[in-house]
This record gives sequence, C-alpha cells and structure tokens, in this order.
Amino acid sequence: MSLLELRDVTKIFGGLIAVNEVSFTVEPQSVVGLIGPNGAGKTTVFNCITGNYRPERGSVIFDGRNVTGVAPHRLVERGIARTFQSIRLFSTLSALENTLAGRHCRLRSGWLASMLHLPSQRREEREAVRRCMQELEFVGLADHAEEAAGSLSYGNQRLLEIARALASDPRLLILDEPAGGMNDQETVALVDTINAIRERGVTVLLIEHDMRLVMRICEKLVVLENGCLIAQGAPEVVRSHPAVIEAYLGAEDEAW
Amino acid sequence: MEQFFQQLLNGLAVGGIYALVALGYTMVYGVLKLINFAHGDLFTIGAYLGLTLLVSGGLAGSLPPVLAVLLVFFMVGLLVALIGCALERVAYRPLQKAGRLSAVVSALGASIFFQNAVMLAYGARPYVYPNSLRPDFTIELFGYALPGMRVMVIVATVALMLALWAFIQKTRMGAAVRAVAIDQSAARLMGINVNRIISLVFLIGPGLGGMAGLLVGMYYGKIDFTMGWTYGLKAFTAAILGGIGNIPGAMLGGLLLGVVEALAASYVAFAWKDAVAFCVLILILIIRPTGILGERTADKL
Amino acid sequence: MIVPSFSARGRRGRRLVSCLLLGAVICLLPFFCNAYWLDVCVSIGLYALLALSLNLILGQAGIFHMGHAAFFGVGAYATAILNTMFHIPVLWLMPVSGAAAALFALVVARPIIHLRGDYLLIVTIGIVEIVRIALLNDVGGITGGSNGIFGISRPQLFGFRIYKSLHFYWLVWGMVGVTLLLFYGLWHSRVGRALNYIKADDVAAEGCGVNVSLYKLTAFVLGAFWAGMAGTIYAAKMSTIAPESFNFMESVIIFAVVILSGGSQLGVLISAFLFIGLPELLREFSDARMLIFGLAMMLMMIWRPQGLLPCLPRVYARLRGAVAPGANVEERRA
Repeated sequence: MSLLELRDVTKIFGGLIAVNEVSFTVEPQSVVGLIGPNGAGKTTVFNCITGNYRPERGSVIFDGRNVTGVAPHRLVERGIARTFQSIRLFSTLSALENTLAGRHCRLRSGWLASMLHLPSQRREEREAVRRCMQELEFVGLADHAEEAAGSLSYGNQRLLEIARALASDPRLLILDEPAGGMNDQETVALVDTINAIRERGVTVLLIEHDMRLVMRICEKLVVLENGCLIAQGAPEVVRSHPAVIEAYLGAEDEAW
Repeated sequence: MEQFFQQLLNGLAVGGIYALVALGYTMVYGVLKLINFAHGDLFTIGAYLGLTLLVSGGLAGSLPPVLAVLLVFFMVGLLVALIGCALERVAYRPLQKAGRLSAVVSALGASIFFQNAVMLAYGARPYVYPNSLRPDFTIELFGYALPGMRVMVIVATVALMLALWAFIQKTRMGAAVRAVAIDQSAARLMGINVNRIISLVFLIGPGLGGMAGLLVGMYYGKIDFTMGWTYGLKAFTAAILGGIGNIPGAMLGGLLLGVVEALAASYVAFAWKDAVAFCVLILILIIRPTGILGERTADKL
Repeated sequence: MIVPSFSARGRRGRRLVSCLLLGAVICLLPFFCNAYWLDVCVSIGLYALLALSLNLILGQAGIFHMGHAAFFGVGAYATAILNTMFHIPVLWLMPVSGAAAALFALVVARPIIHLRGDYLLIVTIGIVEIVRIALLNDVGGITGGSNGIFGISRPQLFGFRIYKSLHFYWLVWGMVGVTLLLFYGLWHSRVGRALNYIKADDVAAEGCGVNVSLYKLTAFVLGAFWAGMAGTIYAAKMSTIAPESFNFMESVIIFAVVILSGGSQLGVLISAFLFIGLPELLREFSDARMLIFGLAMMLMMIWRPQGLLPCLPRVYARLRGAVAPGANVEERRA
C-alpha cells in the first residue's frame, strides 16, 4: 500500500486554478521528487498535503486514511512533517528549542504538570532534550545547539528545519527546496543527509530546483506544469519525456 | 418615520466625524503599522484650540460668523497637524525599529500626557461653545425640517473626505503615501523619502482629527478634556470595522458606526449605545476577520 | 544575536542576585513602611499579579490583549455578589471567581481568538467597555449599578481574620510568590515553549505540530483565571467595588506594565513598582502628576524599547554528553 496518495487534488485561488486534478502516489521508504518550473503549483500541492490548504476537490490519503482538510498540527501527530520554502524558524530561540518544537507533539505533559514540574514532566523533558540533541547531531548542528536560530548560516538554517521536522518522528518528511541557498559543499552533504533519513525508514517527498540533486537521490519524479501533472516515473524515464523537455526548454538547460 | 430619518441623519453627522478621526488612525496605521492612541487627544486639542481662537482670539466678533468659523476651521487643522507631526518626531520615530507594542505604549503615554496637558491648561470643567456661532437655519428635505448644523457637519465631513480621496488617488504625493503603506522598504528603494511621507501622514491625520474636534464642539456645544478617549476609541473601532489601513474603509466604518449608534440610542437604550457599537464590531469581525473592506491576505508559505 | 555563553551566564548570575534582592526588599518593606505606603505596596502586588497573568497571554504567547481589566472585574464582582448574597467566605471564593472569569474568557475568546494582532486588540478593548457598561447598567439587578457593591466581608485564613493592610500585604505578595513559581515552571516547559513558538510564528508553530488555537485559548483562559483570583483579593481588600475600577485605563496600565517589563517575571515586578509607585511619588506635583506619568511612559519606552528585562534563554541541563560528540555525521561524511 502506498504511504501517501493524492487523488485528483484541485486547489483554486479566487478563480485561478493553482493545482488541477493532480494524482500521484508515494511508496513507503522511497524518495520522491516533485519538480516543475516556477509557479507550477508545487508548493501548493505540498500545502494541500500538510493541511495548510484545503483542496476544493479531490482527496489526500495518508497511510490508508483520508486526511483531506485535517488541521496541520494533527497531521504532524499522524506522521507528516515538513520544512518551509522560505525558512520559518523561530529566529530568536536557540537551535535546540527549535528542534524541541518538532518534538512537542510527542510529549504529553499538560499545563498543570508543567506548572508544578512534576517528576514525570521532568523526566519527559530530559528525554526530549536528549532526543533533540540526537537530531541536531544527525544534521551536524550539535555544536550550534545553544545559538539563536536566526544567527545560523543559511545552509545551517535549512538543516535545522530538517532536524526540527525529524524530531516529530515522521513517517513522511516533506522538504520544500531543501538545497535552496546552499553552496555546493552543503548540497553534497545534504544528499548524504537525505539518504541517511531514508535509511532511518522515513519516506521523503521533496521539491527541488537543483536537478543534479534530484536525479541523484530520487527514485521517482513527479512533474508539474501550470498546475497539471505532465509526467511521472523513474528519473531516466521522466528526463526523456517530450512534455517535460518542452516545459523545461530554455528554462534551466544547464541544470540538466 | 420622522424619528428614524432624523436619527439616520444624526448618525451620518456623528459618523462623518468618526470617519474623519478614523482616517487619522488608518493612515498612520497604513504607513507605520502603529495604532496612534494619542490621536483621540489630538482631536480634543482641536476642540479646545477652536474654542480659544473663536472666543478669546476675538475672531467671532470682528468677522462675519461664517467666515470666522471657516478661518478657525483651517487654523485648527494646521495647528493640530503641527502638533501631530512633532509627536511623531519625539515619541514614535525613535521606536520605528523597536517592537510594535513598544510604540503602542509610547502612544498611550502620549495620550495621557496630552489629556493632562489640556486639563492643566484649561481646567477640569467642561467648556461650552458660544451659541451665536451655531447656524440656526433649517433645511426642508422630503418634508422634514433638518437642523442646519447637522447638514453643515455632513457637508463639511464629506467635503474633507473627498478632498483627501482626491489627494491620495490623484497626486504624486498621494501615490507615494500609498506606496509606503504597501511596502516601506520597496518604496525607499524607489527613491521615496519614507520619513517625509510619514511626517506628511502625521500632518494630514491629526489635521483632520483636529477639525473633527472643532465640529464636535460646534455640533454638541460642549467639550471636556476626556472626550478624546471616547471619540478616539470609537474612531479606532470605525477604522477597524472598515479594515484598518484602508482609507475608504475608515470612511465607511465611521458612517456605519455613527448610524448604528444613533439608531441603537433611540431604539434600544441610550445607556447601552456604546456597548451596541462594540457588539456590532465583534459580530462583524467574527464574520469578516479583517473588517468590511480589509484585504484578506493569504499567508505566504 | 549570538550570545557567548559566558556572558549569558554572567547575566543569569546578575539576574539571580536581583531576584534575591527584590525578594529581600519585599520581605522587609512592611517593617519600614507607614500605613499609606503599605497600601500602595498592596496595590503594586495586585497589579503585579494581574501583569503576571497578562504576561502569559501578551508577553509569552504574543496575543494582543488589552482587556485584562474585564476579567479582573468579573472576578471581583463574582466574589462580591456571592459573598454579599450568600455569605460564602471570601477565600473560598477565590477559585470560584477565577473559574467565573475563566469561563467568561472562554466564551468571549472562542470566536475571536483567531483574529490577527490589532483586530484582537480593539475587540478586547471592546470587551472591557461592554463589561463596564453592563455593570453600570446593573445587569440582572445584581451588580448595583454605578454605586457598585459594598459590605464585602473580610477574608479568614485558618481562623485568622485578614483585615489590616499588613495582612493584605502578606496575602497579596504570598500569592505573587506562588504565581512566580508556578508560571516559572510553565515558562520552562513544553507549554511555555509552545507559547513562544506561537508568538514568533504561528504558521510555523502549527506546522511543527502545535495546536495553535488550543494553546492560545488556554493561555487566555488561564490568564483570566488568575485575573479573576486577583479580583477576589481586590474585592476583599476594598470591601466596596464599583464599575469604574475596571475601566479601559486599568487595562492600559496592566498592558503597559507587561510591555515595559520586557517579558521576564522579574521585569514584570520591577515594572509594576515603577508604574504604580511612580504616580504616588509624584503626589507633590498634584495636578501635574499624570502629565509627568505620561511623559515618563514615553521616555521609558524610548529608553528601553525592548523592555526592562527581556527573558534570558532557557537553560537545559546536561545538554552535552547526551550523545557521543560528532558520532554519526562524521562517519557518514567520511
């Protein structure tokens, strides 16, 4: 069974059809890339999956359950975590506290337990901090744990967003342009990180402009243009698909 | 029917005044994203300055009343505009980079300051505007006799709003104000002197507010130093009702609030009229969270 | 924004010393104050309570709420009505009044809590005005109109009758102490962090799995609960209450105390001393004192736009050594 399935998802903004009857599936433990020219509706598709937008028509099935229109925080609890295209870290808080934000939904201490600092709450906090430090370690930011997120370099901020998402124990991780603003070295390291995420058993769905990166790590690509799905399949197949070539012609030749 | 019609016009007159004051809130909010809580007290200052100029300045005696009132009207506008501009320099400009709520507290401090300055200068007792200045003619419309003062207030507020609308929509300066309201840094990159536009807005807004103060003095005949709190709050409500930052919204919100209040005062209960105004506000915001004409900005993700 | 940890430790040390110093001052104050200043200190304590509860909503969660006096008023009136009509002992009424204020907050906040910044601000101001007008108009015939309610009885604690200013001083500041401890716990927890996430970026918070509207609403309701309890103490202290004690100006002062504080609890206490104590010190200026007060408000914000004492970063014990340093990343990269 697919982990994620989109069925004819359509999203309309004031008469403009941003996403038009898009259907595709994401198999467990795979890395799937969503590509397409700027303004093709990629991020809109993501936002329909994560519950930030409610599609006008169609449905999103996650792990066999219809999750269309479920609130974003509930979806995180169910195992869908995301990063944002325009980095949305809590810039004045430390890297560790940003990661703890992702852990939030797995913790149970309520208001009263927190006020009283009950032993169970303290134990849970210690465990959460330990776990989040591991995630920071995983993306290579452990040494920056106490620094304000806003003071990190651009590439590190992207990694921190990934650590924050991973802290919620996701089964599906949605990355919106994870390599955006990264230099070549950082991008290479990112490929390792994404592969390591897959080895942990987490399924990855990502939007990316860097075609070399996409070709290297994705086993399936989904191509959007003007809100419509024009091709999907293995990278080699998609790459030679006539509609894809046409959509990309002149746009990013050198990227191919 | 007679009562309804009279209350409707009364509401439009009061609403026009609310709208004038609301314009000051909404324009300042547009360029600075700041709620200028001292605006209501600038309005009070307008009412008191107008009285001083009319009575002690001797203008009422030496000139024909119409001319005297008109002259004082513009003098008050100018003086209050200068005070508003100075206020921005002293109390808000140093806080431009700080959090928005810090500027709000500074504005609240300025409000307390102005209110008490008026009290110290004029004393705590209410003042009465001279009756001789109030036009005593009536106008026949649809068979109803309308007090001239009511009609004059409506005419004056509508004229000022039209003038402002023309300025904002038709002139280069107006375009610059709109540009700063949309995106300050982009406007700066396009060569607009943002601080000068902010000063301009602090001239126009308080100027209109001061004139509204004079109109209230003439319309009700009585002023006191705390009136700015109430009118300021109402006008702020009106600005939010229309969608804060939106100029036609402030006009619409002001008129709507005035009419709702006047009708509530006569058909519900006078004591509850302020509560009715706020209830209407809450209901409208529940239905339209960004006011009647406010844009529904989608969050960029 | 990079704060080297040694300097943060230095600041933390100084903060701790200031806390102890302030605690000592508060404990010793009654031995040096005359009756008049003791009353002032009681009222500072009440404002501190109110501001601490508003800090949760405004300072921590970043909800623009300028109507805290409404919840204070609901609490005070609940105490007054239940005490004068049913003769329920005042201290028993503290949780009841808190619950009344919290329930009121829940009902009014539910439909409006999603409103953005300034829209919420005016609505909360509107709530204060509606409550005040309702009290003035003797709603339900139980609020006593503009005269208010008098003859509220004095509280008793384990048979000890609290009636002197000194007794109230210890009651109020004891309550402040308890509040400080509880709210500190809340701040340094999953819940406190969630409120800070919401303040920083509510969309990102929701995207990380924080139930934003629930947390906002709960912060609002808890803050109202505390304000309601402060209302009980106020009603007991004054033994007479009237609508004008819960007007917009009160809300403004509580709001300003929180903003000037910068968000930390120590900041709130110092800010409360400044805001409530200053007008008393200015008494010799008689009529001009509020003029100076307004001027001081402006100057203080220009002097410290970020507030007196912003929150220091939370400290997490045994941060390092949780995992073997540099383990799996280096392996992978190699």
